[in-house]
Amino acid sequence: MSQREPVSLWQRLSEAGTLADRWLRGAEASVNLAALSRGSSLGAPVDELRGASVMVAARDQLPAALALIELDGIARRIVLCPPDLPQEHLASVIATAEVDVVVGDRCISGVARFVRCTPDITPAHRIGRASERTEWVLLTSGTTGVPKLVAHNLCSLSSAMAGRGPLGAGPLGAKAVWSTFYDMRRYGGLQIFLRAMLGGGSMVLSSAQEPVTDFLGRAGAHGVTHVSGTPSHWRRALMSRSSHKMAPRYVRLSGEIADQAILDHLHAAYPDADIAHAFASTEAGVAFDVGDGFAGFPASYIGRPGDVAMRVADGSLRIRSGRNALGYLGDEASSLVETDGFVDTGDMVELRDGRYHFVGRRGGIINIGGLKVHPEEVEAAINRHPSVHMSLVKARRNPITGAIVVADVVVKSRIAAAHKTDALKREILEVCRGALARHKVPATINFVSALDVGASGKLMRDHA
Amino acid sequence: MSVKSEILALFKEVASEQQRTLAPLSNGLGLLESGLDSLCFAIIVARLEDRLGLDPFNAIEDDGFPVTVGDFIKLYENAAPGDVAA
Repeated sequence: MSQREPVSLWQRLSEAGTLADRWLRGAEASVNLAALSRGSSLGAPVDELRGASVMVAARDQLPAALALIELDGIARRIVLCPPDLPQEHLASVIATAEVDVVVGDRCISGVARFVRCTPDITPAHRIGRASERTEWVLLTSGTTGVPKLVAHNLCSLSSAMAGRGPLGAGPLGAKAVWSTFYDMRRYGGLQIFLRAMLGGGSMVLSSAQEPVTDFLGRAGAHGVTHVSGTPSHWRRALMSRSSHKMAPRYVRLSGEIADQAILDHLHAAYPDADIAHAFASTEAGVAFDVGDGFAGFPASYIGRPGDVAMRVADGSLRIRSGRNALGYLGDEASSLVETDGFVDTGDMVELRDGRYHFVGRRGGIINIGGLKVHPEEVEAAINRHPSVHMSLVKARRNPITGAIVVADVVVKSRIAAAHKTDALKREILEVCRGALARHKVPATINFVSALDVGASGKLMRDHA
Repeated sequence: MSVKSEILALFKEVASEQQRTLAPLSNGLGLLESGLDSLCFAIIVARLEDRLGLDPFNAIEDDGFPVTVGDFIKLYENAAPGDVAA
């Protein structure tokens, strides 16, 4: 750790570009960043929060974003509470993170102290001098059980942005208008928020209450240049008929496996954009970007020099870098890193033709009579059929082999109901047979109108 | 389509998909001599569950696992409502 004074997010974003040119835009309000040099979004003097453990639990993203800018360097700890955190987990998160104050856009009862934050900037004290190396705590997005509390700081969260290229700061960054389908309280969304702020750009925030068509229109109207989301987010956007309302120069995918079909679809939809898929997780941080248009990543990434070390052990990708989280909060928390400092991502990879391909999560394996199948590799094969929009592969109990692979498939909206036939199922299965071992080919295909995508932007899987 | 003809059609469909040579089907033919393997039967059972809404393997006693094609058909016919099994 550096011995120097802490440098806050506010200081860094102020130095990155002219504040008056830069905006944070929500679905219902926008804030010019220069307003924060004259006032505050908080309903209490920010100095009263100095040294405190603060949970930011706003419903909307804009007040949460403003609170983060004001609190980094002031609060001892900021806990980023996603808006969909189940009520029953709130108390345990508050206890584990020793939260003193909850900051939000609507009152939360039963907490020691509540401070309101709003996008209406009121003249107040200017943001104070940084005194704390604030710990940022993110919640993991598992759909069952109590979320894990993962500790970072501004340094671990932002070190991936130091490099050159479309993601680094610099001349391009200053004019960039970033947006993401992610909520910025999650790692993938927070990365984009920090890239916008530290790169000198602006940001258009999404809203869970806003139809995707409206969001795409709003993003286009504000001239977004850099947009990120999960492959599921992007499939939904391409399905909306409004995808042409924006014309990003940079399209980024992360959070799920980017298969070749979605990369090709995005290239067709945005022919002038650089399309990159990134590997990142809340615990391991950002590991790498792949910008060559192909699924997977070159085998040469393993063992290459740089500030991210990667290796494959027992089939899963392991990462060690300054972008790794600092650890989990809580007495019973398991260790985040192995003894030599690597984080086991739990993401399984396979080497094929000089590239590593992600095949699925360790916990998601289907066992077909002793043979293993990752649902995601089957989905990648199904998605290659030109009529398929997206798919979800799962296990069905089977008396002969223990389990069998079955698939729910959403076909493209231009495919008429009359064509959702057994013949189309046979065609899809034919594609699978050409690409997969026979036990991985779905036994049955079921056409569905939509698949559930969770608040984290990832396909809902039963085992998640 | 009767349960029996649905099952026989599925045997042929899956054999063709899995590039298996199907033996001439008769009630007395052993399932393991039919040319289909475990994965083929797993697929057939899954599709029958979709098409007939029947999963009779759940109710099988220890000694009742079907051995012949006839056993297999009878298992499904016995599980089906009377009018379907005709």
